[in-house]
Amino acid sequence: MIRDILAKTFSTGHLTAEPQRSEPFDEPGCEVDPPASAGASLSSRKRGTRLGTGLSRRAFVQLLGTGLLITVTEGVSVARQFGGRGSRESATVAARLHINQDGTITVMTGKVEEGQGPRAQLTQAAAEELRVAVDRIRLIMADTDLVPDDGITAGSRTTPYTVPAVRQGAATARELLTRLAAKRWNVDSSTLDVHNGTITHRETKQTISYADLAKSKDVAEAFKQTVPVDVTLTPVSQWEVLGTPVPRPNSRDLVTGAHRFPSDIVRPNMLYGKVLRPPSYGATLESIDLSEAQAMKDVVVVRDGQFVGCAAPSSFRAGQALEAVAKTASWKTSPHPSSKEIFSYLKEHARAGRPNTRGSVETGLAEASKVLSETYEVAYIQHTPMEPRAAVAEWKDGNLTVWTGIDWPQRAQRDLASTFQIPTERVRAIVPDMGSGFGGKHSGEAAEEAARLAKAAGRPVAVHWTRAEEFTWAYFRPAAVIECRAGLDAKGSIIAWEFTNINAGGAAIDTPYNIANTRIQSVSSDSPLRQGAYRCLAATANNFARESFMDELAAAAGADPLAFRLAHLENPRIRTVLETVAKHFDWSTRRKKVTAEIGVGLACGTEKNSCVAACVQVGIDRKRGEIKVHEVCEAFECGPIQNPANLLSQVQGCIIMGLGGALREEMEFENGKILNASFARYLVPRFKDVPKIDIHLINKSDIPSAGGGETPIIAIAPAIANAVFAATGVRIRSMPIRGGQPALRATPAGAGAAKASP
Amino acid sequence: MDVTVTFTVNGQEKTITSDPQRPLLDVLREELHLTGTKYGCGEGRCGACTVLMDGQRVLSCVTPVAQADKQRITTIEGLATGGSLHPVQEAFLAEGAMQCGYCTPGMILTCVALLAKNPKPTDEEIAEEMNVNLCRCNGYVKILNAVRRAAEKMQR
Repeated sequence: MIRDILAKTFSTGHLTAEPQRSEPFDEPGCEVDPPASAGASLSSRKRGTRLGTGLSRRAFVQLLGTGLLITVTEGVSVARQFGGRGSRESATVAARLHINQDGTITVMTGKVEEGQGPRAQLTQAAAEELRVAVDRIRLIMADTDLVPDDGITAGSRTTPYTVPAVRQGAATARELLTRLAAKRWNVDSSTLDVHNGTITHRETKQTISYADLAKSKDVAEAFKQTVPVDVTLTPVSQWEVLGTPVPRPNSRDLVTGAHRFPSDIVRPNMLYGKVLRPPSYGATLESIDLSEAQAMKDVVVVRDGQFVGCAAPSSFRAGQALEAVAKTASWKTSPHPSSKEIFSYLKEHARAGRPNTRGSVETGLAEASKVLSETYEVAYIQHTPMEPRAAVAEWKDGNLTVWTGIDWPQRAQRDLASTFQIPTERVRAIVPDMGSGFGGKHSGEAAEEAARLAKAAGRPVAVHWTRAEEFTWAYFRPAAVIECRAGLDAKGSIIAWEFTNINAGGAAIDTPYNIANTRIQSVSSDSPLRQGAYRCLAATANNFARESFMDELAAAAGADPLAFRLAHLENPRIRTVLETVAKHFDWSTRRKKVTAEIGVGLACGTEKNSCVAACVQVGIDRKRGEIKVHEVCEAFECGPIQNPANLLSQVQGCIIMGLGGALREEMEFENGKILNASFARYLVPRFKDVPKIDIHLINKSDIPSAGGGETPIIAIAPAIANAVFAATGVRIRSMPIRGGQPALRATPAGAGAAKASP
Repeated sequence: MDVTVTFTVNGQEKTITSDPQRPLLDVLREELHLTGTKYGCGEGRCGACTVLMDGQRVLSCVTPVAQADKQRITTIEGLATGGSLHPVQEAFLAEGAMQCGYCTPGMILTCVALLAKNPKPTDEEIAEEMNVNLCRCNGYVKILNAVRRAAEKMQR
């Protein structure tokens, strides 16, 4: 389905010229998480050695220093770890790490750092198992010449899959090194201790460092072995490095401006490129006159089918050249639905689904003493990463190197190889730590555009998307129409539950509540906007509808929203976060103090093997048509916490980012044009929007760690909608929850509080 | 018609010949390779391009280079002196006040300008002044902590 939408978008947009394109979304909003099949298709691909085509042996040795050379001959070429997917297929130890003779250790991962914290976390993972301090580890990320393919950086998968993969590699290395020391001293390896990168024989106090061992060829030979998946890892109770608040290793470069983001990469003799965009979605180029731009000094102009771009020694000059050709372009436009009619459009174009059923909803509804039926709507929104898409492309001897911001370097590599019809080995994709993504950078448009221009120019070319381009030509979080129906029995318990999400997808669509009769489905539709992954996918939309509807049912049952949820909830982890947050927020007291101007609401949920609950307090300003969130109290649990400082940042970020989608963010479009493609008209949260935030991280040590950068977002919007209802009696069933809507303005002061209270 | 503009950047005199309307941001990044100053929106709505001009906060993406003539400009690269970080940079590190870090240079320079004119800002004044600067990772809580920490440290 998503493939169809993309095909449509691409065939009518600037990317038409390319005949084939692999699916740019690993986790499109309309699909369930697909890693297994994607991994399978990848693992069957053959991959040649990089030597002689990409990075030279000399360059690699220079990079790593004079340590073990086996990585050059063995490691990289067989690297296929899938540390992002939990595949059983393993790489060699050498593909994962390299011990330098100066005692530092180079660890390699295909994961991408975009602010969510894997650089610190994976460094900790290696340090923990190698028994060294974090500053001994140098982590190379996301360079297809150097790192194993750990899958896409998405879906909170780094913590549950890549951290274990790195730990397995590091633990295996430690064991191999210990065994070699034992062999050297002719003792049993159980008599040796490892501390701070040094192996000590307990009896004789004889020591040898990793660095000294690394000088021997035996280590090189040993590291050729694949990483066994059953290697023993350090139990949580003995963690010394994991579980601590290690800062991002390159943070000093971030405060000095020294770090080079993808848009900061400069190559010798480089030009800056600009690409012609259609005036509206679906428009096709009929004619264009390139002559004025072609006559401009130092300007390269490229037309290849629908693709038109200019490159010049400065982006200002490239922009002038592009303007010169753009004014001559003639376009054929086509009709496109507007955001005003989007929900009816999605509903009309909904396809048949395959519901998951339990019991019989019909029987449940027939037995119900009360039946509620409501529809919720969620607008398209955009990620608006601080750094828009950017890339530099450089061709040399038929080999292409790109530096770009994408969540999966190997995808960029494969896509570029396919587009330019060259072997994968001739493409190197490097992802410098980039300026955020939130699921919005799964696709590599800028890299391809830069590569086209660079090929024509015969020089490296940088393409930096503008904010307006990012707003218009990247992709969006899917809009949703969600239909809910439920029945309450005479005692006020839910006995039937029907839930259909149209267009947004199936993430967290199953109810965590104990209900005998359910029918739940995600159905696709014909999205007029290009849509894809966004922090926590459709879990936000599904949780908004479910948790709002739960509140409606609680009100219909005359029950307190907290008590009503707990009465239907068996999952002990969700119960824990819910009870924790209710206690810290002082829910039962504050619930009684609700007024027409001040409301409180709560919501909870689970996704990606983590659990969240939030209580919020909102203020209602009817005259100004404003909902102001005063306070958010959130409890979150994702197993054993690997880096509490980073987890706190992620939860804070989810809460505040969640306020944007909850209250204000919404793509407006008409006649194929985005009407609010700027920060002036698309209002994301700012400093003044920051409420009082109280976060409770629950460290649950008896289960595996799950990722924490997504799920904390899903409780915010429904908690706000529920708080607005508590104060006003008005149920707002749309995201964003608009404070200015007539129903809310019309409610007299004091209308809601009494109604909402049981 | 190109013009010649002379200004100092981080203490060094620079002479640039350019279209007068070209944004100062582009000149800093593309001519002087001072890439610590970031593009975020091109319309002065996100603060990623913040630099100091004679100590005042300026949004370089909406500042034509001609306006920089004879001015004294400080970018993030020029904030540390002799290898030691500015107290505001130290405060951002100490608080871990960055996620992706793309907004960080603009945040730090805005904070430097704020504390120069108001060494003891209230939380409301901090939010008011910093409100132009966007962080999409929404690290506002830790950034606010960093601003408070820097204010405290610089008063000592």
